[in-house]
Amino acid sequence: MNVTIVDYKSGNISSVINSFKEVAQNKVKIEVTSDLNKIKSSDKVVLPGQGSFKSCTDALNGINGLVETLNEFVINNKKPLLGICVGLQMFSDIGYEEAETKGLGWIPGKVTKIDNQNGKYKLPHIGWNEINILKNSKIFKDVKDKSHMYFVHSYEFVPNDKSTILATTDYSSNHVCAVEKENIFGTQFHPEKSDKIGLKIINNFINL
Amino acid sequence: MLKNRIIPCLDVKNGRVVKGINFVDLKDAGDPVEQAKIYSDGGADEICFLDITASNENRETIYEVVKKTSKKCFVPLTVGGGVRSLEDINKLLNCGADKVSINTAAVQNSKVVIESSKKFGSQCIVVAIDAKHNGKSWEIFTHGGRKSSGIDAIEYAKKMEECGAGELLVTSMDRDGTQVGYDIELMSTISSKVNIPLIASGGVGNLDHLVDGVKLGNANAVLAASIFHYGKYSVKQAKEYLDSKGIPVRI
Repeated sequence: MNVTIVDYKSGNISSVINSFKEVAQNKVKIEVTSDLNKIKSSDKVVLPGQGSFKSCTDALNGINGLVETLNEFVINNKKPLLGICVGLQMFSDIGYEEAETKGLGWIPGKVTKIDNQNGKYKLPHIGWNEINILKNSKIFKDVKDKSHMYFVHSYEFVPNDKSTILATTDYSSNHVCAVEKENIFGTQFHPEKSDKIGLKIINNFINL
Repeated sequence: MLKNRIIPCLDVKNGRVVKGINFVDLKDAGDPVEQAKIYSDGGADEICFLDITASNENRETIYEVVKKTSKKCFVPLTVGGGVRSLEDINKLLNCGADKVSINTAAVQNSKVVIESSKKFGSQCIVVAIDAKHNGKSWEIFTHGGRKSSGIDAIEYAKKMEECGAGELLVTSMDRDGTQVGYDIELMSTISSKVNIPLIASGGVGNLDHLVDGVKLGNANAVLAASIFHYGKYSVKQAKEYLDSKGIPVRI
């Protein structure tokens, strides 16, 4: 089996690479590439994302054929994909960070700034927060409700279809921190930085 | 609920820990990788490396340290000390740092903060503020606290937020190394003026100081070096103590 981490030159993905390699050891091949053929032929894909919604979508669109390849992988071939942080946010139709920007449209909804109640809550939402698991998922196998995950973000994904929500977290309000729609998985938090429990999620994804 | 973070900081010089945990069973007490691993296994919410390498020719050593540590520790890793340019930041991030803290370079040229937060995202840009009380207010010091800048620390903190800093790491130079506790007034004043998280640093001598940093100083995270280095307290003990005082921590 091989898992491809999409390297589309947006943000720092070394922690994602290190964590997947740690979990995979030598049993699963971890590729880091933007090569379209390699993505097509992989079994699973990881879509990381750091920086703003706009900078990430711009970077995705900047690689000729990448969005089409990902669409084919996810929508036509129904192969598993994990989006992390802005990687998850890009599943939406539209994001409002920096400028109104079109997303991939895989899970209808929008990405808006966390309402910090006039400065009552500091942004970014940085640090360890508990997740409220709402639904069973293969990626949460052996992950307990109220587990701590590491977050860094100022924007939240608001999906139209609430049944896609796997987990939420509380910061200012109750917002979405994990989603699942058929073969599409996403976490707003960083499993790669969430210690052993985060590595478990990565392991669960690899073993889907 | 968002938890308050406890961040042990390791001083690294020429690739070796200079103030480190005094554990007898350590294979190599000077190995930053091994020390960082002990901290992360003990429940540290984040690890901070402060590179105090003086000579330029040995600057490369920190990159190797970060590379090795990031393959072993799966909690956020912040690296600071001698970070001058976008190129330095890029290099550290590529080696596996999750955040980079900028000190002197940000004082000299705030463009570094504006440009780096645009390029890499605010989430990985920490501005380190070294402040000293001058009788009336607090003033920024640079070059490891040796040079006065004449800049007001509170105004500077606000400016750094505007420039795109994701967090502020505030160190009281009056308290650093004294073990008498954080400068609570400095922390709470800055915390009330900015809307980004504040990490308190400088002066921790016991666990009550950590409690005060959060409760009175309104810090979102507390950083300490020597109380952990010399084995006075473990990170786990610190967390249990904060928890017993009603402070939300990850246990």
